[in-house]
Amino acid sequence: MRRRLFKNLLTEPCTEPLSPQAPGELETLGAELRGAVARRLGRSLAIREVDAGSCNACELEIHALNNAFYDIERFGIRFVASPRHADLLLVTGPVTLNMREALERTCAATPAPKWVVAVGDCAAGCGVFAGSYACVGAVSKVVPVDLVIRGCPPTPVQLLEGLLWLLRADGRAAADMA
Amino acid sequence: MLNALFGELSAVASHRGWPRAPVNAGTWRGIGEALREGKLDLLGEWGDAAAVHCALFEPATRKLQIATHEAGSGAAPSLAVFHPPALRLERAIADLFAIEMVGLPDRRPWLDHGRWPEPAPLAQQRAAATPAATGATPPARAIERPPYRFLPAEGPGLHQIPVGPVHAGIIEPGHFRFTASGETVVRLEERLGYTHKGIERLMAGQDLEPASRIAARLSGDSTVACSWAFVQAVEGALDFRPPPRAVWLRGVMAELERIANHLGDIGAICNDAAFAILHAECGILREAALRTCARAFGHRLMMDRIVPGGVAADLTHDGEEAIRALCGRLSSEFPELIELYDNTASLQDRTAGTGVVKPSLAAQFAAPGFVGRASGRAFDARVSLPYAPYDTAPVEMVVRQEGDVDARVWVRILEVERSISWLRTALTALPSGPVRLPSPATPATSVECTAMVEGFRGDILAYVRIGAGRIERCHLRDPSWFHWPLLEAAIEGNIVADFPLCNKSFNCSYSGHDL
Repeated sequence: MRRRLFKNLLTEPCTEPLSPQAPGELETLGAELRGAVARRLGRSLAIREVDAGSCNACELEIHALNNAFYDIERFGIRFVASPRHADLLLVTGPVTLNMREALERTCAATPAPKWVVAVGDCAAGCGVFAGSYACVGAVSKVVPVDLVIRGCPPTPVQLLEGLLWLLRADGRAAADMA
Repeated sequence: MLNALFGELSAVASHRGWPRAPVNAGTWRGIGEALREGKLDLLGEWGDAAAVHCALFEPATRKLQIATHEAGSGAAPSLAVFHPPALRLERAIADLFAIEMVGLPDRRPWLDHGRWPEPAPLAQQRAAATPAATGATPPARAIERPPYRFLPAEGPGLHQIPVGPVHAGIIEPGHFRFTASGETVVRLEERLGYTHKGIERLMAGQDLEPASRIAARLSGDSTVACSWAFVQAVEGALDFRPPPRAVWLRGVMAELERIANHLGDIGAICNDAAFAILHAECGILREAALRTCARAFGHRLMMDRIVPGGVAADLTHDGEEAIRALCGRLSSEFPELIELYDNTASLQDRTAGTGVVKPSLAAQFAAPGFVGRASGRAFDARVSLPYAPYDTAPVEMVVRQEGDVDARVWVRILEVERSISWLRTALTALPSGPVRLPSPATPATSVECTAMVEGFRGDILAYVRIGAGRIERCHLRDPSWFHWPLLEAAIEGNIVADFPLCNKSFNCSYSGHDL
């Protein structure tokens, strides 16, 4: 392990300001995001993820936000284990009838101020499961949604972009009110 | 055994591939007894319009057989009486089709939580198939359902810990009811069905293309394997041979999916033992694999890339280079991580001897995938029931005996290595030619086929019946059906704090199981 740690000390981190496809994209996103979070919530945004019946693909990409490439925590964003610790719910899936109550109760357990972000095509509008007897459909039919991030599943970069958009829009509204 | 049971019976002509035969109550009972005696493996059991099917595998002869018992009267004899692994499958059949599984030892609902607008959502199909049958109308929904009865565990000093359906991590929803004596788990009971999306009814009546999009979303982490199983059953039913290049590309995608998932899970298991460095390192390699998939096939998880008739996108020279580069990187970096896993005593202390699945139990449940192979069950659909391209480019099966978390990690480590070398072979052997052909016109009469594909988690069984170009019935059996009950067995006697470790070492799918 010492060898590995030593090697990692001597190599560049793989955390990206340097995405080869879009150089600097993540870093810019992060910087703006941090500003918006700071205005509204101080210096941290706590996210509780709720799977309301997704196929698990959205969860995989949300997970990827924690890997060394995207390292979402460097922006002050982290995933928490309880809705009571959360500022934002990240909801995926076509809200199955069997998960509807759990989603409502999770939302009710989240203290204000809070945001709800619907992630993925299913959460946006039921996706390929439209018309099923077992699904409510869009998350917005169950709890108020502040932002929809589409994609099947959305990529980690799209997820970061989406979170930024929400916070910036909200920050602007707050500034207008002031 | 299969010969003794089915030798005299004639198979259904419309079922292509492995034979399907209607059986009478006597033979059905014989099947139950053969399952109980361990002579046959149960690979799936599912309902249909006025029938119940089961898929049987005979390890000695490597033969697969489908048996069908009619259920036109709304009842069929239970196999779970003889063979506990059939229990949840039969509870699901009762929920979806309102077919009474006579003798079923556990009659509690499974997928139906009493929240659907109508009970037995697939029962209309049964009613339509047997208009004259009495009792075909599903019973009216009870307004108030009694609360779900969890199995009791009684004794002094026992306490219960309810967990879920919303879990603490970024994972799928399900409920776990632990009964513990101090730190030790006395009983774990799972309650699943929260992600039930009504996939089977949604598939019925769909054209092939939209149906394959639904199949691709049975379980998002196995999207390639789910699509492949579905498409293989469709193509089998239509007697259609996809172009050779497409078949190889399907294999390439499936191995990339296996590598990405194994890497992610090996890291996550170490993380649950508080060994964060391997989680970070495996996360980097997993991301590298996903980016390679995006470059090679245009989607990080390769969703909707396998389609009826072939694959949606050809592999370019650039994509090929990306996969070769990934193989090179993994070959140089992965062994170093494995050495770290193997040489860290504090980590081994958590994984070795934890969450043991006994070989006898793995055999009884025909435990799919790495769970079975870590407990001595030598079954891998790529080897045991080989399909193209694995029939000409075989993979070597990895089997361990210990059955603990460590064994499951090792099976996955070795499978990553085998997949890397398979990919190298495949890229060299990749034939040229078209990657997609138009599917042939479907016959007016019903045609059907059962297929099996090895996903990263284990074998996925797909039964598809097509009539006049549309899906009449599609059943996809995720390997998790047989993993979940084994997880309950594996955790018994372990401490509560080791549950995440055991759970992650299985990594069962909720969505794939809940349908």
